Amino acid sequence: MARVVVDVMLKPEILDPQGQAVANALPRLGVTEVASVRIGKRIELEFTGEPDLEKAREIADKLLANTVIESFDVRVEK
Amino acid sequence: MKIGVVTFPGSLDDGDARRAAGLAGAEAVQLWHADADLKGVDAVVLPGGFSYGDYLRCGAIARFSPVMEKIIDAANGGLPVLGICNGFQVLCEAHLLPGALLRNSHLHFRNRDQKLKVENTSTAWTSGYTEGQEIVIPVKNGEGCYQADEHTLDALEAEGRVVMRYLDGNPNGSQRDIAGIRNEAGNVVGLMPHPEHATEALTGPFGGGVDGLVMFTSVLASLGVKA
Repeated sequence: MARVVVDVMLKPEILDPQGQAVANALPRLGVTEVASVRIGKRIELEFTGEPDLEKAREIADKLLANTVIESFDVRVEK
Repeated sequence: MKIGVVTFPGSLDDGDARRAAGLAGAEAVQLWHADADLKGVDAVVLPGGFSYGDYLRCGAIARFSPVMEKIIDAANGGLPVLGICNGFQVLCEAHLLPGALLRNSHLHFRNRDQKLKVENTSTAWTSGYTEGQEIVIPVKNGEGCYQADEHTLDALEAEGRVVMRYLDGNPNGSQRDIAGIRNEAGNVVGLMPHPEHATEALTGPFGGGVDGLVMFTSVLASLGVKA
Protein backbone atom coordinates (compact mmCIF):
# COMPACT_ATOMS: atom_id res chain seq x y z
CA MET A 1 0.00 0.00 0.00
CA ALA A 2 1.24 3.46 -0.83
CA ARG A 3 -0.03 6.46 1.02
CA VAL A 4 -0.61 9.87 -0.51
CA VAL A 5 -1.32 12.69 1.91
CA VAL A 6 -3.51 15.61 0.90
CA ASP A 7 -3.42 18.69 3.11
CA VAL A 8 -6.35 21.04 2.67
CA MET A 9 -6.19 24.54 4.15
CA LEU A 10 -8.52 27.51 3.95
CA LYS A 11 -6.93 30.23 1.82
CA PRO A 12 -5.24 32.90 3.95
CA GLU A 13 -7.82 35.56 3.13
CA ILE A 14 -10.75 33.34 4.23
CA LEU A 15 -11.90 33.76 7.80
CA ASP A 16 -11.28 30.62 9.90
CA PRO A 17 -13.64 30.89 12.90
CA GLN A 18 -12.56 27.48 14.20
CA GLY A 19 -8.91 28.52 14.26
CA GLN A 20 -9.84 31.83 15.81
CA ALA A 21 -11.81 30.11 18.58
CA VAL A 22 -8.78 27.95 19.38
CA ALA A 23 -6.48 30.98 19.31
CA ASN A 24 -8.80 32.74 21.75
CA ALA A 25 -8.62 29.75 24.11
CA LEU A 26 -4.82 29.61 24.22
CA PRO A 27 -4.33 32.39 26.80
CA ARG A 28 -6.50 30.33 29.16
CA LEU A 29 -3.80 27.63 28.94
CA GLY A 30 -1.23 30.25 29.76
CA VAL A 31 0.01 30.38 26.16
CA THR A 32 0.63 33.92 25.00
CA GLU A 33 3.27 33.48 22.31
CA VAL A 34 0.96 32.09 19.54
CA ALA A 35 -0.30 34.90 17.35
CA SER A 36 -2.78 32.98 15.21
CA VAL A 37 -4.17 29.50 14.54
CA ARG A 38 -5.44 28.10 11.23
CA ILE A 39 -7.15 24.71 11.08
CA GLY A 40 -7.15 22.49 8.00
CA LYS A 41 -7.68 18.86 7.05
CA ARG A 42 -5.21 16.04 6.46
CA ILE A 43 -6.59 13.37 4.15
CA GLU A 44 -4.77 10.06 3.56
CA LEU A 45 -5.31 8.17 0.32
CA GLU A 46 -4.11 4.57 0.30
CA PHE A 47 -3.38 3.43 -3.26
CA THR A 48 -3.47 -0.29 -3.98
CA GLY A 49 -0.39 -0.09 -6.24
CA GLU A 50 2.08 2.67 -6.94
CA PRO A 51 1.07 6.05 -5.49
CA ASP A 52 -0.40 8.16 -8.28
CA LEU A 53 0.22 11.82 -7.48
CA GLU A 54 -1.55 13.03 -10.60
CA LYS A 55 -4.67 11.04 -9.71
CA ALA A 56 -4.47 12.29 -6.12
CA ARG A 57 -4.24 15.87 -7.36
CA GLU A 58 -7.31 15.34 -9.53
CA ILE A 59 -9.27 13.86 -6.59
CA ALA A 60 -8.23 16.77 -4.40
CA ASP A 61 -9.19 19.33 -7.03
CA LYS A 62 -12.58 17.77 -7.81
CA LEU A 63 -13.72 16.62 -4.39
CA LEU A 64 -11.43 16.98 -1.38
CA ALA A 65 -10.93 20.73 -1.62
CA ASN A 66 -13.21 23.53 -2.72
CA THR A 67 -10.67 25.65 -4.55
CA VAL A 68 -12.90 28.71 -4.21
CA ILE A 69 -11.99 28.89 -0.53
CA GLU A 70 -9.31 26.25 0.02
CA SER A 71 -5.86 25.40 -1.24
CA PHE A 72 -4.34 21.92 -1.16
CA ASP A 73 -0.99 20.22 -1.17
CA VAL A 74 -0.36 16.62 -2.27
CA ARG A 75 2.63 14.44 -1.34
CA VAL A 76 3.67 10.80 -1.10
CA GLU A 77 4.30 9.78 2.47
CA LYS A 78 7.60 7.97 2.86
CA MET B 1 -46.91 22.65 -13.48
CA LYS B 2 -44.65 20.30 -11.59
CA ILE B 3 -42.07 21.39 -9.03
CA GLY B 4 -39.62 18.64 -8.13
CA VAL B 5 -38.12 18.57 -4.64
CA VAL B 6 -34.98 16.48 -4.16
CA THR B 7 -34.60 14.35 -1.05
CA PHE B 8 -30.97 13.64 -0.13
CA PRO B 9 -30.21 11.26 2.73
CA GLY B 10 -30.39 13.76 5.58
CA SER B 11 -32.80 16.27 3.99
CA LEU B 12 -35.34 17.44 6.54
CA ASP B 13 -37.15 20.31 4.85
CA ASP B 14 -38.14 18.45 1.71
CA GLY B 15 -41.66 17.83 3.06
CA ASP B 16 -42.14 21.53 3.82
CA ALA B 17 -40.81 22.47 0.38
CA ARG B 18 -43.26 20.09 -1.31
CA ARG B 19 -46.06 21.52 0.82
CA ALA B 20 -45.05 25.07 -0.17
CA ALA B 21 -45.08 24.09 -3.85
CA GLY B 22 -48.58 22.68 -3.38
CA LEU B 23 -49.82 25.81 -1.58
CA ALA B 24 -48.54 27.90 -4.47
CA GLY B 25 -50.64 25.83 -6.86
CA ALA B 26 -48.03 23.47 -8.30
CA GLU B 27 -47.94 19.70 -8.31
CA ALA B 28 -45.09 18.70 -5.99
CA VAL B 29 -42.97 15.80 -7.24
CA GLN B 30 -40.61 13.93 -4.95
CA LEU B 31 -37.18 13.32 -6.47
CA TRP B 32 -34.72 10.93 -4.82
CA HIS B 33 -31.01 11.77 -4.90
CA ALA B 34 -30.25 8.51 -6.71
CA ASP B 35 -32.84 9.13 -9.44
CA ALA B 36 -31.27 9.53 -12.83
CA ASP B 37 -34.22 11.39 -14.33
CA LEU B 38 -36.20 14.46 -13.39
CA LYS B 39 -39.67 12.99 -14.00
CA GLY B 40 -40.64 15.82 -16.33
CA VAL B 41 -40.63 18.56 -13.68
CA ASP B 42 -40.77 22.22 -14.71
CA ALA B 43 -38.66 23.49 -11.79
CA VAL B 44 -36.55 22.00 -9.00
CA VAL B 45 -36.05 22.83 -5.33
CA LEU B 46 -33.00 21.59 -3.46
CA PRO B 47 -34.23 21.73 0.13
CA GLY B 48 -32.47 22.44 3.38
CA GLY B 49 -31.33 20.14 6.09
CA PHE B 50 -28.06 18.31 5.42
CA SER B 51 -27.06 15.95 2.64
CA TYR B 52 -25.16 12.73 3.35
CA GLY B 53 -24.35 14.38 6.67
CA ASP B 54 -22.13 16.83 4.76
CA TYR B 55 -19.12 14.88 5.95
CA LEU B 56 -16.48 16.53 3.81
CA ARG B 57 -17.95 20.02 3.26
CA CYS B 58 -21.61 20.95 3.10
CA GLY B 59 -22.97 19.78 -0.24
CA ALA B 60 -19.61 18.51 -1.56
CA ILE B 61 -20.62 14.87 -1.86
CA ALA B 62 -24.30 15.49 -2.63
CA ARG B 63 -23.19 17.45 -5.67
CA PHE B 64 -22.08 14.16 -7.29
CA SER B 65 -25.40 12.34 -6.79
CA PRO B 66 -27.05 11.05 -9.99
CA VAL B 67 -29.96 13.48 -9.78
CA MET B 68 -27.54 16.43 -9.50
CA GLU B 69 -25.82 15.50 -12.76
CA LYS B 70 -29.24 15.86 -14.45
CA ILE B 71 -30.05 19.06 -12.58
CA ILE B 72 -26.74 20.68 -13.52
CA ASP B 73 -27.41 20.01 -17.21
CA ALA B 74 -31.03 21.16 -16.96
CA ALA B 75 -30.10 24.31 -15.00
CA ASN B 76 -27.55 25.22 -17.64
CA GLY B 77 -30.39 24.80 -20.14
CA GLY B 78 -32.63 27.23 -18.24
CA LEU B 79 -34.60 25.05 -15.78
CA PRO B 80 -35.56 27.13 -12.71
CA VAL B 81 -33.66 25.77 -9.68
CA LEU B 82 -33.92 27.06 -6.12
CA GLY B 83 -31.42 25.92 -3.48
CA ILE B 84 -32.46 26.63 0.09
CA CYS B 85 -29.84 26.51 2.85
CA ASN B 86 -28.14 23.14 2.27
CA GLY B 87 -29.49 23.37 -1.28
CA PHE B 88 -27.61 26.70 -1.62
CA GLN B 89 -24.44 24.93 -0.47
CA VAL B 90 -25.02 22.14 -3.02
CA LEU B 91 -25.46 24.73 -5.82
CA CYS B 92 -22.16 26.41 -4.89
CA GLU B 93 -20.35 23.06 -4.76
CA ALA B 94 -21.87 22.22 -8.17
CA HIS B 95 -20.48 25.55 -9.51
CA LEU B 96 -23.96 26.63 -10.58
CA LEU B 97 -23.44 29.60 -8.25
CA PRO B 98 -20.15 31.28 -7.33
CA GLY B 99 -18.60 31.44 -3.86
CA ALA B 100 -18.93 29.13 -0.89
CA LEU B 101 -20.73 28.86 2.43
CA LEU B 102 -18.63 28.51 5.54
CA ARG B 103 -19.24 27.95 9.21
CA ASN B 104 -20.97 30.93 10.82
CA SER B 105 -18.33 33.47 11.86
CA HIS B 106 -19.49 33.35 15.51
CA LEU B 107 -19.49 29.51 15.41
CA HIS B 108 -23.06 29.30 16.74
CA PHE B 109 -26.08 27.78 15.07
CA ARG B 110 -28.52 30.62 14.46
CA ASN B 111 -32.29 30.29 14.18
CA ARG B 112 -34.67 33.23 14.19
CA ASP B 113 -37.16 35.16 12.10
CA GLN B 114 -34.97 37.22 9.79
CA LYS B 115 -35.77 40.47 8.07
CA LEU B 116 -34.53 40.57 4.48
CA LYS B 117 -34.42 43.13 1.72
CA VAL B 118 -35.32 41.91 -1.75
CA GLU B 119 -32.57 43.30 -3.98
CA ASN B 120 -33.34 41.69 -7.30
CA THR B 121 -36.64 40.66 -8.84
CA SER B 122 -35.39 39.58 -12.27
CA THR B 123 -35.17 35.90 -11.35
CA ALA B 124 -37.58 33.03 -11.86
CA TRP B 125 -38.00 32.84 -8.07
CA THR B 126 -38.31 36.50 -7.02
CA SER B 127 -40.35 38.15 -9.79
CA GLY B 128 -43.39 38.40 -7.51
CA TYR B 129 -41.67 40.74 -5.05
CA THR B 130 -41.00 44.42 -5.57
CA GLU B 131 -37.43 45.66 -5.56
CA GLY B 132 -36.48 46.97 -2.13
CA GLN B 133 -39.35 45.12 -0.45
CA GLU B 134 -38.69 44.10 3.15
CA ILE B 135 -39.82 40.60 4.06
CA VAL B 136 -39.44 38.22 7.00
CA ILE B 137 -38.32 34.63 6.46
CA PRO B 138 -36.91 32.24 9.10
CA VAL B 139 -33.20 31.54 9.08
CA LYS B 140 -31.66 28.44 10.70
CA ASN B 141 -28.12 27.47 9.87
CA GLY B 142 -24.70 26.60 11.21
CA GLU B 143 -22.79 27.12 7.97
CA GLY B 144 -24.45 30.06 6.26
CA CYS B 145 -21.55 32.47 6.05
CA TYR B 146 -21.33 33.42 2.37
CA GLN B 147 -17.77 33.98 1.12
CA ALA B 148 -16.32 34.86 -2.25
CA ASP B 149 -13.29 36.83 -3.35
CA GLU B 150 -13.62 40.60 -3.71
CA HIS B 151 -13.65 40.41 -7.49
CA THR B 152 -16.59 37.96 -7.46
CA LEU B 153 -18.47 40.03 -4.88
CA ASP B 154 -18.00 43.20 -6.94
CA ALA B 155 -19.23 41.39 -10.05
CA LEU B 156 -22.29 40.04 -8.22
CA GLU B 157 -23.14 43.55 -7.05
CA ALA B 158 -22.49 45.17 -10.42
CA GLU B 159 -24.64 42.62 -12.26
CA GLY B 160 -27.52 42.81 -9.77
CA ARG B 161 -27.02 39.20 -8.78
CA VAL B 162 -27.42 39.71 -5.04
CA VAL B 163 -31.03 38.58 -4.68
CA MET B 164 -31.59 39.20 -0.97
CA ARG B 165 -29.65 40.83 1.85
CA TYR B 166 -29.97 40.52 5.62
CA LEU B 167 -31.51 43.48 7.42
CA ASP B 168 -31.36 44.29 11.15
CA GLY B 169 -28.37 42.10 11.85
CA ASN B 170 -26.39 39.54 9.91
CA PRO B 171 -27.06 36.08 11.39
CA ASN B 172 -23.91 34.32 10.18
CA GLY B 173 -21.24 36.85 9.17
CA SER B 174 -21.80 36.47 5.43
CA GLN B 175 -19.92 38.99 3.31
CA ARG B 176 -21.79 42.17 2.44
CA ASP B 177 -24.85 40.80 4.31
CA ILE B 178 -25.62 38.53 1.36
CA ALA B 179 -28.52 36.14 2.03
CA GLY B 180 -29.07 34.93 -1.53
CA ILE B 181 -27.63 35.19 -5.04
CA ARG B 182 -28.58 34.20 -8.57
CA ASN B 183 -26.77 32.96 -11.64
CA GLU B 184 -26.30 35.15 -14.70
CA ALA B 185 -29.45 33.90 -16.41
CA GLY B 186 -31.60 34.29 -13.29
CA ASN B 187 -33.05 30.77 -13.34
CA VAL B 188 -30.81 29.48 -10.53
CA VAL B 189 -31.17 31.06 -7.09
CA GLY B 190 -29.50 30.12 -3.80
CA LEU B 191 -30.95 31.44 -0.55
CA MET B 192 -29.81 30.75 3.01
CA PRO B 193 -33.11 31.57 4.82
CA HIS B 194 -36.06 29.19 4.44
CA PRO B 195 -38.99 30.54 2.37
CA GLU B 196 -40.79 27.17 2.69
CA HIS B 197 -41.24 27.91 6.41
CA ALA B 198 -43.05 31.17 5.66
CA THR B 199 -45.97 30.00 3.57
CA GLU B 200 -48.88 29.80 6.04
CA ALA B 201 -50.13 32.41 8.52
CA LEU B 202 -50.43 29.90 11.36
CA THR B 203 -46.85 28.64 11.25
CA GLY B 204 -45.05 31.50 9.50
CA PRO B 205 -42.94 34.08 11.32
CA PHE B 206 -44.32 37.11 13.16
CA GLY B 207 -44.37 40.20 11.00
CA GLY B 208 -44.23 38.25 7.75
CA GLY B 209 -46.28 35.11 7.81
CA VAL B 210 -46.46 34.12 4.18
CA ASP B 211 -43.64 36.16 2.62
CA GLY B 212 -41.88 32.97 1.50
CA LEU B 213 -44.79 31.73 -0.59
CA VAL B 214 -44.05 34.43 -3.17
CA MET B 215 -40.91 32.55 -4.24
CA PHE B 216 -43.03 29.58 -5.23
CA THR B 217 -45.76 31.61 -6.92
CA SER B 218 -43.04 33.58 -8.74
CA VAL B 219 -41.65 30.48 -10.38
CA LEU B 220 -45.12 29.42 -11.50
CA ALA B 221 -45.64 32.88 -12.99
CA SER B 222 -42.28 32.62 -14.77
CA LEU B 223 -43.48 29.32 -16.24
CA GLY B 224 -46.60 31.02 -17.51
CA VAL B 225 -49.10 30.01 -14.81
CA LYS B 226 -51.48 32.81 -13.86
CA ALA B 227 -51.92 33.35 -10.12
